[in-house]
Amino acid sequence: MIRSVVAALTLFGGLFAAPILAQQSMPPAPYAYVQLEDPVLEAEATELMETLRCLKCQSQSINDSDAPMAGDMRHQVRSRILAGESPTQIRSWLVERYGDYVSYEPEVSSTTWPLFAIPLLLLGVVALILLRRLGKRRSETGGHS
Amino acid sequence: MRPIYLIPLALFLFFAGLAGYQLTQEKMQTIPSQMVEQPLPEFTLAPALEGMPGATRADFVGGQPRLLNIWASWCLPCIAEAPHLERLKEEGVEIIGIAVRDRPEAVADFLDRYGNPYTKIGSDDISELMLEIGASGVPETYVIDADGNIRYQHIGDVRADTVPQLLEILEDVR
Repeated sequence: MIRSVVAALTLFGGLFAAPILAQQSMPPAPYAYVQLEDPVLEAEATELMETLRCLKCQSQSINDSDAPMAGDMRHQVRSRILAGESPTQIRSWLVERYGDYVSYEPEVSSTTWPLFAIPLLLLGVVALILLRRLGKRRSETGGHS
Repeated sequence: MRPIYLIPLALFLFFAGLAGYQLTQEKMQTIPSQMVEQPLPEFTLAPALEGMPGATRADFVGGQPRLLNIWASWCLPCIAEAPHLERLKEEGVEIIGIAVRDRPEAVADFLDRYGNPYTKIGSDDISELMLEIGASGVPETYVIDADGNIRYQHIGDVRADTVPQLLEILEDVR
């Protein structure tokens, strides 16, 4: 009787032990959840972190995400800012590794140029049509007087 | 009505159709590393458990091309890929492991259960190496040639059909 109770308890405990073992139990990186002491540098870091994309939770910035990888990325941003790197340098360090994907700040590149070119093109077409219409109207009214 | 007035409607239908088509397409889940065909960055990682060496960039230079396997004891697909890594090891491939955000006890326990295909395991507690090489998840496997250049990235677990593919690439970059 006692033996079977012990066996049942061991089994029961085992059920809980396995998932606990499977958890990520490491403490976060030093600067994952700790702000920089200098408020100016921290503001600079936050501004950058808001425009960097979390790689695990693809629709959040690393500033908004609780994913461990986002924490590790915040640590990189803060410690690099502290070491005197500029936000531009840090962004391009990440873009070199992950491509435009990691940045929420749109940049003109071989794949994104239509995003910038098409609105300009449309504005040009609109301007052209307007000019032609206004020109026509002016010459029409000119004809009456 | 002049046909020119149909242009906006046609454009609208075109974009609606495009959006509808994109919705039926599978979402891009992987972020490929831009570091493929680039030299492996300098790094030194402490041993992930007692009794095995850690990993540095120098471990990848000279001799044969090697595999760099990013894994973790808390990662379920890593259990699935363990037997396939074992097969690669049997084929004579040196696999250097990088354990991500892991504890030495958990690493040892995982290796006891699922086998140890690694010659060295470095411990990447804060995703330092992952970010350096453009890895976005666990597991990922990289082919590193004997000059220390990253030549190929496999995202996700190594499966039975990935093994011959990796062996071929390892042969190609020799």
